[in-house]
Amino acid sequence: MAQNGTSVSIQDLSLSFGAISVLHTLNLDVAEGEFIVLLGPSGCGKSTLLNCIAGLLDISEGRIFIKGKNVTWEEPKDRGIGMVFQSYALYPQMTVERNLSFGLRVAGLPKEEIDKRIARAAEILQIEPLLQRKPSALSGGQRQRVAIGRALVRDVDVFLFDEPLSNLDAKLRAELRVEIKLLHRKLQNTMIYVTHDQIEAMTLADRIAVMKGGVIQQLDAPQTIYNRPVNRFVAGFLGSPAMNFIDGRLEKVGSDWQFAFEDVRIPLATYAFEKEPTPGPAVFGMRPEHVAFNSGAGWPFTATANVEVVEPMGSDTLVWLKLGKQNFTVRVTSERTPNNTDTVSIGFDPMRASLFDAQTGNRL
Amino acid sequence: MTAGQITAIQPVQEAQDQAGVGPIGPKPRRISAGRIGLYAFLVVAALFFLIPVYIMIVTSLKGMPEIRLGHLFNLPSEPTFQPWADAWLHACTGRDCNGLSPGFYNSVKITLPSVVISIICASINGYALTFWPYKGANLLFGLLVFGAFVPYQVVIYPLIIGLSSVGLFASLPGIIIVHTIFGMPILTLLFRNFYAAIPVELFKAARVDGAGFWRIFLHIMLPMSVPITVVAVILQVTGIWNDFLFGIVFAGRPNWPMTVQLNNIVNTTTGVREYNVNMAATILTAAVPLIIYFVSGRWFVRGIAAGAVKG
Amino acid sequence: MQKSWRRRFHLPAVIGTIPMILVAVGVFVIGIGFSVLWSFTSSKLFPTYDFVGLAQYRRLWADSRWLVSVNNIWFFGLMSITCNMVFGYLLAVFMDQRIRQEDLFRSIFLYPFAMSLIVTGLVWQWVLDPNLGLQAALRNLGWSSFSFAPLVDADTALYALVVAGIWQGSGVTMAILLAGLRGVDEEIWKAARVDGIPTWRTHMSIVAPMMKGAFATAFVLQCVGVVRVYDLVIAMTGGGPGISTSMPAVYVIQLITVRQNVGQGMAAATMMLLPVLVVLAFGGILLWRRNREASA
Repeated sequence: MAQNGTSVSIQDLSLSFGAISVLHTLNLDVAEGEFIVLLGPSGCGKSTLLNCIAGLLDISEGRIFIKGKNVTWEEPKDRGIGMVFQSYALYPQMTVERNLSFGLRVAGLPKEEIDKRIARAAEILQIEPLLQRKPSALSGGQRQRVAIGRALVRDVDVFLFDEPLSNLDAKLRAELRVEIKLLHRKLQNTMIYVTHDQIEAMTLADRIAVMKGGVIQQLDAPQTIYNRPVNRFVAGFLGSPAMNFIDGRLEKVGSDWQFAFEDVRIPLATYAFEKEPTPGPAVFGMRPEHVAFNSGAGWPFTATANVEVVEPMGSDTLVWLKLGKQNFTVRVTSERTPNNTDTVSIGFDPMRASLFDAQTGNRL
Repeated sequence: MTAGQITAIQPVQEAQDQAGVGPIGPKPRRISAGRIGLYAFLVVAALFFLIPVYIMIVTSLKGMPEIRLGHLFNLPSEPTFQPWADAWLHACTGRDCNGLSPGFYNSVKITLPSVVISIICASINGYALTFWPYKGANLLFGLLVFGAFVPYQVVIYPLIIGLSSVGLFASLPGIIIVHTIFGMPILTLLFRNFYAAIPVELFKAARVDGAGFWRIFLHIMLPMSVPITVVAVILQVTGIWNDFLFGIVFAGRPNWPMTVQLNNIVNTTTGVREYNVNMAATILTAAVPLIIYFVSGRWFVRGIAAGAVKG
Repeated sequence: MQKSWRRRFHLPAVIGTIPMILVAVGVFVIGIGFSVLWSFTSSKLFPTYDFVGLAQYRRLWADSRWLVSVNNIWFFGLMSITCNMVFGYLLAVFMDQRIRQEDLFRSIFLYPFAMSLIVTGLVWQWVLDPNLGLQAALRNLGWSSFSFAPLVDADTALYALVVAGIWQGSGVTMAILLAGLRGVDEEIWKAARVDGIPTWRTHMSIVAPMMKGAFATAFVLQCVGVVRVYDLVIAMTGGGPGISTSMPAVYVIQLITVRQNVGQGMAAATMMLLPVLVVLAFGGILLWRRNREASA
């Protein structure tokens, strides 16, 4: 990551509208050629941050560097960015070709150069046959391709995507996701991508920045964020179905730690604590797919549980259990689907668990 | 009603049923009494709206002797267009007997520039308020909307004084300015609401493309504004054409619009009242907005509703 | 930080809205300010700054013509708004019954609104003219005792104005309310039918409350029209017989043009502004409270 140097650097950025603070002292360094995804629930400030980088919103504090140049107060066009919007934002009365060339014409580029760039973008995105059409004559997927093309022709270093796939249906979304990934591989540009869709985030990103309340909660590689979330919010936001959370207590028995709730005791010998813990209330988190099902012994922790609901989803099945009095979901392959009324045995390795402080929600 | 008539009606009924207007199947049509009452009410209401204009049209085609006979509702026995010609060319206001035609040309001279200027101003206002709100812009807009509710009488006198101090009182430019001022609140509201419904991302995309205030307005927003501009034109043309108060106060005698001349012809004549001429003059004055109304159809309704919805 | 200032007052935006700045501040603030200021002076034909306190207001409220005007506007406003709303709503409901020729009926109900109030006033002046209009026509048809001449009687002339106002304006009320009716979710009607609620009950208890916005729009439009009623009076009655149909709007114009008494005219204009301000402030507070509740 660091081999190429920094492309976008955000330093101590804050933004407030009147008394409402939207972003708090944010810092973010994006390496050249990196694909960063800003992920979070609506209202977390991710789109706002992207608009700040684009220069479409004036920030209250801090500085923004792009390619080592301080662009904090530059106009959007002078920042070396291209942007793709959720609603495509194609100029409705212009043909696709004129949509693509508008920015270049504004900049006063010579006609041959404009034609060359449009030809290249149209080829990359395979929209050559659409060039003379109006946006209203295009399908959603085609419109989004044109919108990407508009960023492409600007020949910029940094691409900004603001939830570009949210307006498309599920099938098209999956297709275009792959295309964007291919595009990134081909162009090797820096891309900053805002989404609330965790699958897009997981599949596209080199690194994900999970945001909440105007603060970046965790900035890491997708697998790290998935496996070792830094707090309960990140743990709960990623993963579908969501991680199982159980409220209980952390106790020390001899030299070993265990997690206790009701009459269940989970041994934590294999769990890697961030630092030496103290006894007290805690939250135990376990992803549904990390639980083994009816697979006999051999697990550090096993228990029996009652099946409440079974949801077959095709490739696999979700089983809703009662572990003691707690709700607990398990994802199993379709072949192992239990009956609705079974009592089943489950087992898992606490190595894959996440433990959080009950008060702060931080990872223990 | 004979059996033949009933069968003649039947296929129409079926065609309608199949088109999804009514239910398909054997359910008999009941509550016809209610339907009859419904149509009776609507027809009586329609007569209330139509009769005055019917009277005007037939009377304007009669000669004065026939009018004196008092058969108000009868069609003219000897239709004549002389009253119309008189109204246009010879009807008198005081000592001038030039008819309505000077007023018509005055109205055109007032309406055209007023409509164009007020719509240009309002579209820029709406655009700036939506996409480039500077500090205090919304306060200005609030004041403007307040102006939409203010009784004209409160501002008329200061405007008279203000316009005379720059020598524009009782002149064509003066009345055009006045119409631009009083059209601005509602039109600005109209355009602002229209632009507010445009996805702001479009504006952002244009800014990333490097376009500035005027270029975005001229190249992106204006081409999209055709529907709202049509509504605004309808609203303004009818509004300004129908104006009386501003015309009589601010235009000055040589520029008096048609409505003022009409009122003078009808309400200041001495001696015998030429009802046929007066009514022809009235119809002529109403003709321009009526033509716009019937040509524009539903756009007209949209204009009223759009102009009326505040905020 | 200087650049930040430049972006906050984006120069082209300020330049582009100079007309708006001039109108909003110059006309609607400074203009009204001067009107109010002159109402405290003894201005006659031209404005002076010889302040006389509330003398103009005292004289105003002692003027029988003004008192009649104020009474008239209340009566006319209440009558015409009520009738307009009731008649307009009835028309809208009847129009919403999947009738045939809906467009034709709509055109008929709405066309008077396209015409000048001067035209409306003249039309009804003739229809109600005892020697020419309805009275003469019906007597001619043999009903010799028929008497209907509201405009020549000071007690009834105001009713004639109301009728003309309904003729001109109820079509608009109908159009706005019809749009409101059509905006009500189709499934509301279905649900009410399944629940067995009679149609009129559905109208009164469910649909009408859902049309608050449309009612408010129509109401505001009519209020603005009533306060400004000038053309109609001038064309139809000229304020007469006597002063029986004088209105504040007519009164103010007469004072500044014919009677050349600007000070008192401005006092009257200020009195016209007062109820508007009260209503706007009331509406503003309602809006503010609703927004606060929405954000809380």
